[in-house]
Amino acid sequence: MTTDALPALPDSNTSEPIAAPLSPRQLIWRRFRKHRMALIGAIGIGLLLVFIIVGSMIVPEPATRDGNLRARLLAPTAGHWFGTDTNGYDVFNRIIYGGQISLAIGVLAVVMEITLGTVLGGIAAFYGGWLDALIMRFTEAMLAIPQLFLLIVLAKFLGHDLPDINILGRTFSGSVGIVVIVIGGTSWMYLARIVRANMLSLREMEYIYAAKALGASDRRIFLNHLVPNTLGIIIVSATLGLAGAILSEAYVSFLGLGVQSSTPTWGNMMDQAQSFMVQGVWWLWFFPSLFIVFTILCINLVGDGLRDALDPRSGRHL
Amino acid sequence: MSAYILRRLVQALVVLFFITAVCFLLTHYSSDPMAQYANKQGMTEADRQAIRLRLGLDQPLPVQYVSWLTLAFQGNLGNSFFSHQPVLLLISQRLPMTLVLMITSEILIIAVSLVLGIISAVKQYSLTDNIITSFSFIGFSMPIFFIALGLMQVLAVQFKEWGWPYLPTGGDVWDFGDPLALAWHMVLPVTCLIIITVAGYSRFLRSSILEVLGLDYIRTARAKGLEERAVLFKHALRNAALPLITIIGLDIPALLGGALVTESIFAWPGMGRLFWEYAQKGDFPVVNGTLLLTSSAVVFFTIIVDVAYTLIDPRIRLN
Repeated sequence: MTTDALPALPDSNTSEPIAAPLSPRQLIWRRFRKHRMALIGAIGIGLLLVFIIVGSMIVPEPATRDGNLRARLLAPTAGHWFGTDTNGYDVFNRIIYGGQISLAIGVLAVVMEITLGTVLGGIAAFYGGWLDALIMRFTEAMLAIPQLFLLIVLAKFLGHDLPDINILGRTFSGSVGIVVIVIGGTSWMYLARIVRANMLSLREMEYIYAAKALGASDRRIFLNHLVPNTLGIIIVSATLGLAGAILSEAYVSFLGLGVQSSTPTWGNMMDQAQSFMVQGVWWLWFFPSLFIVFTILCINLVGDGLRDALDPRSGRHL
Repeated sequence: MSAYILRRLVQALVVLFFITAVCFLLTHYSSDPMAQYANKQGMTEADRQAIRLRLGLDQPLPVQYVSWLTLAFQGNLGNSFFSHQPVLLLISQRLPMTLVLMITSEILIIAVSLVLGIISAVKQYSLTDNIITSFSFIGFSMPIFFIALGLMQVLAVQFKEWGWPYLPTGGDVWDFGDPLALAWHMVLPVTCLIIITVAGYSRFLRSSILEVLGLDYIRTARAKGLEERAVLFKHALRNAALPLITIIGLDIPALLGGALVTESIFAWPGMGRLFWEYAQKGDFPVVNGTLLLTSSAVVFFTIIVDVAYTLIDPRIRLN
């Protein structure tokens, strides 16, 4: 047990005695590859992407809205693998297209989270003083309000009727944009704090002084020196944040404040599930939930592997 | 020490100011309390104006905010727009139900996580550890409604169908004062909360114990011939459990807000459901009051936890 917990020696000693030293990127990839669970997670995500992309090539998009009320709430059969929902729509078809939207919402919300977190955390660390104090107090205030409460309030705040969006010949409910903003706007706080703490310690390093002495602008120091050295942390947060964002979409939609049902998402497919449960209708919540759990599990596994791979001190936990 | 606490309290005031401003602004624009009167029969525009006047909705927003804040400082969170009851009364009716649910869950969560975390750390990489780790990963990746609906489907709906003793779904009416009925209705929500929360806690405890077991003083304790049991419980666990105390300390105030989704699925009359019911109606005195109470609790508990931590762990110095 003691030996397990001791830091492992670098494996280059044993395997490649005279090989050229590995670049940081190669080292990260090597550590990630050794993390078996992370590889399983990556394969899972791959399979999922194949499912929703190939699925949408086989099943045309109008099939998600193709059904009638006489065929509503049918249990899973050979014709409807996952049964039909309250409108008589096929649940399996909606899972394919709902997955695309849920993942897209997750990715876009994370992009927003990363941008807000990095910029706010970066500004706080870089300028310090009253600006730092102001930003950090605001961050703490947002953190103090339980996230689900904040999600609900913000979703209601922004939740007015919006025009539909047309992208790539498909029509999406305008509420997709709102959900992205709601999730992105309520999840940047941890990242802002981490980025700030990391940049504060980087700022005191000699190479930053050197860059300043050479006359580099604030912008250059920030973008060329501070951000790249914080990238590892940002990537890990982004991965785990993606899992969080998909989960948030599910929660907001489960409560009926998410994307309107004309555009299916894994979350909003479930918002009526509870009312039909007593009648023994289990497929309404089971299949979307199963896909959510599988997706988040895979993303978390990858995120865990990335964290170990990017953090040299964590080598012993491999 | 007192200078530190004072500085933290001043910071906390600024944070609280932000919290009230954010809550007030968001809730104010998020819903229109007048919407319910929009199509009411026999109501004229003058009547609506009178209601607006009475609720103070005719004032400019900053004026509304300042008057709400002033009253809040005096301990008056205003009246609900719809039930016309004081917000504090509504909260005080719901808070005990949330506390019963949350304290029970938290005690069981800590107990289960300690057991799982210790087993998993001591038997690192064993089959048991791998099973616990796998389940905690799944638990960690699960939205609570998945496990809640799943358990409800099996233990309540199916069991009833099969004629077995079944658990309540939350749809029925019951007497909150009856301890037996209370316990019976608590089984499902508490189980769900345990499954979801234990995953993270036990995982955290496992890595914390493993880290401590690698330290020199543990080697010393073993070298002087202490039993493994004493090494683990008297030496390792004390240091390993410290970070868990912080996490629990920070989770407790958030519990005051209740588990919104769990409470609404199981129709538990607690704070989370209070918030949810009134947020849907756009009753912002209640929404703001709940938010303010919960987030102030978070802010002050953070300070208490930080200070208490230095008392438990003399290695930490405040600065």
